[in-house]
Amino acid sequence: MTDKPTGLVQGTLDMLILKTLELEAMHGYGIAMRIEQISKGVFQVNPGSLFPAFRRLERAGWLKSEWRDTENNRRAKYYMLTALGRKQLKGETREWARQAAAIARILKAES
Amino acid sequence: MSLLRNLAGGLRGLFRKAQVEREMDEELRGYLDASANEKMRRGMSRQEAERAARIEMGGEENVKEQVRAVGWESLLETLWQDLKFGLRLLRFNPAFAAAAILSLALGIGANTAIFQLLNAIRLRTLPVKNPQELAEVRIAERNGATGSFVTRYPNLTNPQWEQIRAQQQGFSGMFAWGPAGFNISPGGEVHSVQGLWVSGEFFNVLGIQPERGRLLSSMDDLPACGSHPVVISHSFWQREFGGDEAVLGRKLTIEKHPFEVIGVAPANFYGVEVGRNFDIAIPLCVEPLIRSEFSVLNRRDGWWLTVMGRLKPGWKIEQASAQLRAISPGIFEATLPTEFDPGDAKHFLGYKLGVFPADTGISNLRETYENPLWLLLGLGALVLLIAASNLANLMLARASAREREMGMRMAVGATRGRLIRQLLAESLLLGLAGALLGAQLAHVLTRLLVASISTQSDPLFVDLAMDWRILGFTAGITVLTCVLFGLTPALRATQVSPGAVLKSSGRSATSGRTRFGLRRVLVVSQIAMSLMLLVGAILFSRSLQKLAKVDAGLTQEGVLEVDLDLTALRLPAERRAEFKRFVLQQFRAIPGVASAAEAGIVPLSGNGQNRQVLVNKAREVIEGRSEMNEISPMYFATWHTPILAGRDFDDRDTLTSPKVAIVNETFARKYLAGTNPVGATFHLKSENGEPRPFQIVGLVKDAKIYDLREEFLPTMYIPVAQKEHPEQSETIVIRSQASLFSLISALKSTVQQINREIDMDFIPFDRFVEVSLLRDRLMARLSGFFGILAALLATVGLYGVITYMVERRTSEIGIRMALGADRQSILQVVLREASILLGLGLLIGTALSLAGSRAAATMLFGLKPTDLVTYVLAVVSLSAAAALASFLPARRAARLDPMVALRNE
Repeated sequence: MTDKPTGLVQGTLDMLILKTLELEAMHGYGIAMRIEQISKGVFQVNPGSLFPAFRRLERAGWLKSEWRDTENNRRAKYYMLTALGRKQLKGETREWARQAAAIARILKAES
Repeated sequence: MSLLRNLAGGLRGLFRKAQVEREMDEELRGYLDASANEKMRRGMSRQEAERAARIEMGGEENVKEQVRAVGWESLLETLWQDLKFGLRLLRFNPAFAAAAILSLALGIGANTAIFQLLNAIRLRTLPVKNPQELAEVRIAERNGATGSFVTRYPNLTNPQWEQIRAQQQGFSGMFAWGPAGFNISPGGEVHSVQGLWVSGEFFNVLGIQPERGRLLSSMDDLPACGSHPVVISHSFWQREFGGDEAVLGRKLTIEKHPFEVIGVAPANFYGVEVGRNFDIAIPLCVEPLIRSEFSVLNRRDGWWLTVMGRLKPGWKIEQASAQLRAISPGIFEATLPTEFDPGDAKHFLGYKLGVFPADTGISNLRETYENPLWLLLGLGALVLLIAASNLANLMLARASAREREMGMRMAVGATRGRLIRQLLAESLLLGLAGALLGAQLAHVLTRLLVASISTQSDPLFVDLAMDWRILGFTAGITVLTCVLFGLTPALRATQVSPGAVLKSSGRSATSGRTRFGLRRVLVVSQIAMSLMLLVGAILFSRSLQKLAKVDAGLTQEGVLEVDLDLTALRLPAERRAEFKRFVLQQFRAIPGVASAAEAGIVPLSGNGQNRQVLVNKAREVIEGRSEMNEISPMYFATWHTPILAGRDFDDRDTLTSPKVAIVNETFARKYLAGTNPVGATFHLKSENGEPRPFQIVGLVKDAKIYDLREEFLPTMYIPVAQKEHPEQSETIVIRSQASLFSLISALKSTVQQINREIDMDFIPFDRFVEVSLLRDRLMARLSGFFGILAALLATVGLYGVITYMVERRTSEIGIRMALGADRQSILQVVLREASILLGLGLLIGTALSLAGSRAAATMLFGLKPTDLVTYVLAVVSLSAAAALASFLPARRAARLDPMVALRNE
């Protein structure tokens, strides 16, 4: 795999955000950085899709937020998973794995 | 749960907007800071880092907008903004807004009003439990019947009803009823109310619960008929008893007999006849008591009942119909009138019963008014269309004025959809205001409409309560018109290329063809539609005129009908004729009375009777039907009907003298080959079936009997003095110059001097005429109103388009003038444009009218729907209005100063 950044597969951003927040609460920039780092720069998340996603996930009840101080002593909005969000993540991960495996099988069979 | 959260979040966004926005600002700024810090850590200068972070983010506003767009509240917000903006624009143009709203309100109001009436008399189901189960039983194809017909719906006889009730299988319950007018005055002047004869099952099968006391049951309708109970309607209770709680057990005099009030029906129940309300309901079994010698209860040829029932669960109308059809021969065999001759009997035994849906009740209003109302609804829709296209025209004019604005907004990034939405919001506002005002207007108009077809003697009761159908109709036509006058111009207005619009700094010399084309199409269709409406209006008013002027064979003004009820005097049959003659003498002596006569049947009152006659002509015998009226001397003088040959009846004609008759011209023409009939004889079957000879002693001019539309019918007049069984009532027609009021009071005191126990009722003859012209007058008035409105709207539309055209072509006109064109030729240029539009509209309109007016054919009297005079009148009047509308702007164009016109850029 190259390091060239690509767009996200449709609908996966929500899952990635949920996954990123599985261990700890984070603020917007932190989430963007984490996704970029872990994907080794393959996924670059721009704020134009990140912030609408936060609003969407919050509305769905999967995220909640609160204002906290950052390590640099600034105020930032931290997002964290709700119980519902955790359940959603589990479901989406399972579904993703199932589909990815299926796609892999198909690709293998064709070659 | 998640829906609730979404709702709460949206509401927070709406109501705590400032805080939500502040938080978003802070969050985004935090993101930018963090991003810049990160970049500085990697070695960028502060300035570079901040710039890079900003570029990465893209437009900050853009991100915010995307976040806002996530929630549903944003849609609401843009809509609200659009509406506010639209409202502001309309406030800047109050004249435009007022004209638009008013014309929409008129169109929507008129349509809703007509639909409301249609809904009430045709579409709405009866306000009873499960109305869809109700069905009516009647003879499927009854081509004529013989006997007495005593109610508005003489469908079946009582013996038939009893057979049907005993033998039917498809109904869980059945009932019979018949409408009747009752006199509830204990004496003196008649106080008539609307009554119902009902079988004992009536209220029970309909599932009506009493408001007070109890309703009639099967126990009240037994053959023995011991007690005399009456159920009164809610409105009667309020009107006559002031809603008195102690009404139960009170006595009510009905046709001189005491009845006991046992209960009050609920307020929303008006019976099963749509268009009427009832005041009192009494059991069928008391009929012989009330009608005494004229009772039809046990007569096998007395038609007066309507039979209805509730189908058993699972039974379809077809099944019930098939069952009744199967048992029909037995039923008619068992109820065959014994006195029928073989021909009548054969016809009678061939009847087949059928079951028909009755969920919307029974109504004879439908026959009279359903088609006219649908037609009016069609005309109303045309008016609304014209109003809408006028508005579309105005909106188009505004759209081209706002072309630059639209181009500018698209250039800075507005999408076409967003602009259309905003333009639509404006028309939605207009539509909404128009609909609200229209609904108010409809409320008033419907009541006016009902009042105009309701008469004192025949009051109409229509339940006009709002329901989903009316709401749906109003909403539907509003949305449709909005789309029509809003969407098309909006699509047009936003079909601009921003670059082209911004480049052209001023007006071009001539306006674009395509943009202007739509407006011409609109004007042409307006002219065509208003021509159709004008043709309709003129057709109906000419028809009414012809009806009002028709030669009825009698002078309608100045005649009063007096009905006297002599029952209370208990006169023996042989003294009645003499007594009636005495009353007539007394009336004739009243000052101001020109003439007075007894009349068995009053023309145009809707009553009539006809008989079989046998006329000897040469050697053969002609059999035919003739109308019959039993009259006293002076009858023809009272109506101003000329006696053409022979004599009037006089004192020579008595019970014992030879039977005589006077016939009308049609009788003579049809049965006596038009020869002078005086001296000829014909035979009339007497009650025992023996033909009896009558000698014709006079010939009179033809006169109408049932209504003004009919062809003259063969009619014979028989002297009332030769009648063997005079009734206990007397109808007298009086011609007088005196005022109605003084005449009636003189008559009253005369009657009271003769005998205080005589009941009396007075009906001015004009009222019958008025009633018989009711529908025609309604059609003439409403179509006239629509026609004028349409012509006005179309004229305004044409004026608008020509004015607009002149304005758009100001510089062209200026150039033409500068090049030497004189005023005359400028005038011609503009007028040619107008006359092309007008001519095209008239052509299409004429074609459409010729096709459409066929729908009105049966409602017209004395003229065809293709009446030439009508078309000429319509075309001429519309052309005159259009000429005026286009001449004004044309003259303005011709008076332009070329210098001013050219400087206009």
